[in-house]
Amino acid sequence: MNKKIKVLFTFPPGMVGKPITYCLVKDYDLWVNILHAEIAPDKAGKLVLDIEGREEDVERALDFLACEELQVQILNGSISWDEDRCLHCGACTSVCPAHALTLDPVDWSLKFDREKCYVCKLCTLACPVKAMSMPI
Amino acid sequence: MHYKSFDEINEKIRRKKAVVVTAEEIKGIVDEKGPEQACREVDVVTTATFGPMCSSGAFLNFGHSDPPIRMSKVWLNDVPAYAGIAAVDAFIGATELSETRGFEYGGAHVIEDLIAGKKVQLRATSYGTDCYPRREITTYITKDSINQAVMFNPRNCYQNYGAAANSSDRTIYTYMGALLPMLGNVNYSTSGELSPLICDPLYRTIGIGTRIFLGGAQGYIAWEGTQCNPSQIRAENSVPIGGAATLSLIGNMKEMSQRYIRAATFHKYGVSMFVGVGIPIPLINPEVAQNAAVRNRDVYTHIFDYSVQRRSKPALARVSYEQLRSGSVQLGGRSVPTAPLSSLKMAREIADVLKGQISSGEFLLQEPVMSLPAEASPKSLEIDEVADR
Repeated sequence: MNKKIKVLFTFPPGMVGKPITYCLVKDYDLWVNILHAEIAPDKAGKLVLDIEGREEDVERALDFLACEELQVQILNGSISWDEDRCLHCGACTSVCPAHALTLDPVDWSLKFDREKCYVCKLCTLACPVKAMSMPI
Repeated sequence: MHYKSFDEINEKIRRKKAVVVTAEEIKGIVDEKGPEQACREVDVVTTATFGPMCSSGAFLNFGHSDPPIRMSKVWLNDVPAYAGIAAVDAFIGATELSETRGFEYGGAHVIEDLIAGKKVQLRATSYGTDCYPRREITTYITKDSINQAVMFNPRNCYQNYGAAANSSDRTIYTYMGALLPMLGNVNYSTSGELSPLICDPLYRTIGIGTRIFLGGAQGYIAWEGTQCNPSQIRAENSVPIGGAATLSLIGNMKEMSQRYIRAATFHKYGVSMFVGVGIPIPLINPEVAQNAAVRNRDVYTHIFDYSVQRRSKPALARVSYEQLRSGSVQLGGRSVPTAPLSSLKMAREIADVLKGQISSGEFLLQEPVMSLPAEASPKSLEIDEVADR
């Protein structure tokens, strides 16, 4: 049976050179979709991936990753948008690294593309009226 | 030149014959027909803004209990209100924090709850006097159970304001929202070419006594706002480049709507309040029409570095509101995403509502009884070294 997960990797400085994505594809036969990558010299790197494959392959890959020096966080759930509460101010849009939250350039209402969201939760901190939240 | 008086325009409003357009609509009309003809054809332009404005609050009069109390400390849903005025008067400030819930609930939430018609717990203590023997009271109030609920905002409607970014290596949380490290984003707060004092940059029609839309009710401009800075440097079109004049606003909170007054919490900063304001600009002459036709591309501000924790923050760039509205600006040699804190969607709604109210004769214009100051600059607070020791 196939399994799909969304994962956030945080690489310590100096480790961004290791081809983790290659290993996931080649050694574990996974489909990997890079949603977001942030790499800067001498800084921690961030990588958000959609990983899909046979359940046992996904589990084996997670075991492999656990032995590496990087932090692995599985992103569960989804952000909830309370449209009645939302003022469409746009405060959430510039902090959204996935470009999932945007303002419509014509009517200036907020648009939320849940497909793009990688649940980093920055919008829940940026929203002044608590319209964006992470249900527990 | 075509000139009109407030009285002439009000007479047309009374007869429901006034031609009213929003500040966004007037731009095309002036472009097409010129300011003279626009002034002949259009009577009133509506402007609006809906942004977080910390300098907000409300005066409340609770009525007298039996036996009566001279309230010296007052809490509303555990948020302290200032009671150092008469026996049952208090001022609840928007940014005051709850003593039990902290950043989650503050004065702005009390105001929003009262406007929504909710019951709010009133708790007060006193030292007791011969005429006011009671020393404590705990009860519930609503906006309808109390005598007056008057919103009074010492500083709202900033004419223009600086945009914010952060050059440090950590996220900072400010009243301009979350600012990402390494100039990761730029936040700004204005409705730009729809904003009242952008469209009347020299205060030709907006002044003390002007009747306005405030939070869904009719209110007034009470005075110049605090830190009013009309002496700010201006562009050729007279629009100030950066923070300039401000307005002090007053209105009956009992008539306001939760749709246009909303409590806000800025993460790790505190509580503020979104205030919906609409201000009509009567086209009394072509110059006023020309000014109201200002475009975002001709309104400039500076982006300031909020990682510098000093009174004067360094300006990183000068940008137009057209650039800010485009969703990204060039900063530090790359494209940086921009976001507003002020809701243009809601500001447009307010401009439309006000347009409807004036067109239908419900909202008459009030000519200012006094002008806003033409020149003034805010003073700094210097630290007296003797007092600081």
